[in-house]
Amino acid sequence: MKFARLFAAFALCCAIFPPALQAQSGLPPAPYAYRQLDDPVQEAAARNLMAELRCLVCQGQSIADSDAPLAGDMRSDVRERIAAGERPAEIRQWLIDRYGNWVTYDPPIEGDTIALYILPLLALIGGLFIVIRRLRPAKQGDGTP
Amino acid sequence: MNNGQPVRRRNWLLWVPLGVVIIMAAMFIWALRHGDDRLIQSHWIDKPLPAFDLPAAAADRPGLTSRSFGDGQPRIINLFASWCIPCRVEAPALAELQRRGVIVEGVAIRDRPEDLARFLGEFGNPYHAIGADERSQLALALGSSGVPETFLIDGRGMIREQIQGAITPDMVPEIMAKLERMR
Repeated sequence: MKFARLFAAFALCCAIFPPALQAQSGLPPAPYAYRQLDDPVQEAAARNLMAELRCLVCQGQSIADSDAPLAGDMRSDVRERIAAGERPAEIRQWLIDRYGNWVTYDPPIEGDTIALYILPLLALIGGLFIVIRRLRPAKQGDGTP
Repeated sequence: MNNGQPVRRRNWLLWVPLGVVIIMAAMFIWALRHGDDRLIQSHWIDKPLPAFDLPAAAADRPGLTSRSFGDGQPRIINLFASWCIPCRVEAPALAELQRRGVIVEGVAIRDRPEDLARFLGEFGNPYHAIGADERSQLALALGSSGVPETFLIDGRGMIREQIQGAITPDMVPEIMAKLERMR
């Protein structure tokens, strides 16, 4: 079962990222790749961050979801930094500095990401506008027989 | 009565959502067809090399430290692994670079000493030093997202370029020219 999942993740990685074909390394995973932190508060903070960081080799998955070795290394890195007292925002920024906003599913508002935040608002305002326009003539119709 | 005019304009507005849906469907189909298999390029370019001190990965080469860089001599850092199939492909190109006097520094990603020794024995060892990065920590600090990858480092220790994927022999002259300009 576990093996089947690993194999599926591996096959997906190969399909999605052929230039760096990911064979499995012989090394055991990093210490905190599959191990939780002892402090539940810190573990919760680490999990929140891991769920919004994108796996670099299994694109479309978060590092929390991926069994790729690099995702395991990143999870261990995140957990150890949180255990060492680093804030999640600092860790996220460290990764953004190296991989761009692409690496997080919760990108900061900047020139190229502002559309992500503005467009839903515009759509909502546009929808409200259409609804109001549709409702208003009906009221006028009631007023003028 | 002139209530024909606003009714007709409202009819025209009714088609707008359909148009939006068609445009979005076209974009989805385009994205599905073209996939999202782009390479993620490092943003840590034209930045100083991070401080690192990796232990030796091979018995006959020293480990790799950031203190070796910035001595006026441009170098390349090659991230590779014995378990990485394309890394075998680029071995002749790396050997050629080394033969032409380029200092090729190696970083073995998530590798075991015995696997690495076998790999170097089979495909050659062009490396000046090989650091063991067992947990991808230098790879992450450089903004690397896989192996093989090669970074060109100028004589002041600044990261100037990232090459993703295997280096082929036809890229050697261009890399030589770039390194020459980075002194």
